[in-house]
Amino acid sequence: MISKNDVEHVANLARLSLSQDEVDKFTTQLDQIISMEDELSQVETEGVKPTTHITDEINVFREDVPVDDGITRDDLLSNVPETKDGLIKVPSIIDKGETDA
Amino acid sequence: MSNLKKDLETLHQELVAGDIKAADLVEESLDTIEKRDPELNAFITVNDQQALADAVTLDEKGISDADKLAGIPIAYKDNIVTKNLLTTAGSKILSNFQPVYDATVVEKLSQAGMINLGKTNMDEFAMGSSTESSYFQPTHNPWDLDRVPGGSSGGSAAAVAAGEVLAALGSDTGGSIRQPSAYNGIFGIKPTYGRVSRWGLIAFGSSFDQIGVMTKRVKDSAYILSAMAGHDIKDSTSSKQAVPDFTQFIGQDIKGLRVAVPDEFFGEGIDEEVKVQVEKGLKVLTDLGAVIDHVQLPYTRYGVPAYYVLASSEASSNLQRFDGIRYGYRAEDVKNLEDVYVKSRSEGFGPEVKRRIMLGTFALSAGYYDAYFNKAAKVRTLIKQDFERVLADHDLIIGPTSPDTAFKIGTIVSDPLKLYYKDVLTISANMAGVPSASVPAGFDSQGLPVGMQLIAKRFDEGTIFKAAAAFEAATKYYEVEPSFKGGVR
Repeated sequence: MISKNDVEHVANLARLSLSQDEVDKFTTQLDQIISMEDELSQVETEGVKPTTHITDEINVFREDVPVDDGITRDDLLSNVPETKDGLIKVPSIIDKGETDA
Repeated sequence: MSNLKKDLETLHQELVAGDIKAADLVEESLDTIEKRDPELNAFITVNDQQALADAVTLDEKGISDADKLAGIPIAYKDNIVTKNLLTTAGSKILSNFQPVYDATVVEKLSQAGMINLGKTNMDEFAMGSSTESSYFQPTHNPWDLDRVPGGSSGGSAAAVAAGEVLAALGSDTGGSIRQPSAYNGIFGIKPTYGRVSRWGLIAFGSSFDQIGVMTKRVKDSAYILSAMAGHDIKDSTSSKQAVPDFTQFIGQDIKGLRVAVPDEFFGEGIDEEVKVQVEKGLKVLTDLGAVIDHVQLPYTRYGVPAYYVLASSEASSNLQRFDGIRYGYRAEDVKNLEDVYVKSRSEGFGPEVKRRIMLGTFALSAGYYDAYFNKAAKVRTLIKQDFERVLADHDLIIGPTSPDTAFKIGTIVSDPLKLYYKDVLTISANMAGVPSASVPAGFDSQGLPVGMQLIAKRFDEGTIFKAAAAFEAATKYYEVEPSFKGGVR
């Protein structure tokens, strides 16, 4: 049984903030979905190895040299919401009010 | 007859002979989009000016017989990045995203001369089976405008079925090419995992995702897949296996083809009319010389729970990159850096994406990892072994693509669990990494298309093309046109 607390905890881990309505809805829905996933416990998997990828490639190496694909710094900054002097600008890490004090 | 209803080879010959120009095809494509898209909403972005310019350049250069794909209009699902052309993945969080490079598939097909007509609508981040979770409003099904086109590649499927473009690319993580292909009465193939580079595909579940092709005619997909498949240094999971010319399989006879029909694909929850159509399809294959064998894939029913654990876990990790810093939507009115992450994500993601992120984060969180993620990964092994066992002495596994035909818009959008079970017949192929396609198999009593699914051994797309083409030649369902009935006029 998934509780509202669980939902709020998981939302916090995922860097999501949910409204009270969303918490209510997700608690019911995630509980249903996770009950469905509990069906997996019916499967006998003793000695079965997990599959986490299905590629045949094992280790893929390349030369440790810079890649020149023609993409410039300006290109990469073109989608950044806020820049300053060719750098990505973000708000201060601590609250604005505290830094100003 | 309008040009976009012809097959690729016919168009190619006419282009080479100079009977038509690439610019004519683009104009016809744009006219059809202008006429149909207000009711379909298959496109998020139409690349009108650039497409025309590219076609004119191509016409000036001339099209030789070797350039099989040159001048052919194609559309790309909006999770495939296109340089300087808006790419949203159907999400608000990328609603302003202009990629600075092309996905490998776009680069290859552009080099082959295909003309990019634009970006198609999809469920947000490819999470869904109805294209209703798109931030840009649902796509409507051309066979009945009140119904969904399936998903998540619903825009691509509707665009092809409606004749807006000859081909469209989609991506398939748990059925997202095949189910909408079935719902729209077209052919769609999810190749073997590793067959096509995922470079430039916005990641959802990286061990499941694969880019594929959707067209009305089987051979047209064979041409396009041959051109876009192959190893790519930029995708270390892409395979070095040689890529055959898939068109060589078209027209081969299927006498002696060993077909496995799983009982589980005709069990509870599968619509009677769908069963009847697919059984008719199997009879057609038998008449053509295929040998049918009934088999069991006992872990099929566990595919849905295992898939939703694993794909959501991979998604929760892949979608961490959307934080409002380097690209995409950034929330305003924030007090600190943490706030940028949380508010940008909470305002930028829609409900289905949040649900999957939450589900995945839960399955990977301390105390639950073994019971959910690890357990599901073990069940994946069993599903994969099921397929290997059956495919060891059969050439194809065949059954319905989807348990039903297209449903009405808005009817199950609020019931995620019910929506998740729409993928029950398609998920296993992604779990096992095997190639799988949906081929049109007629219509139900309401005139809605039914799809038949063909699953082959890894890297044996050739057998799928062979059987699908033989089936298409015998049934010619592509001749039936969508009605565009229903909807609000």
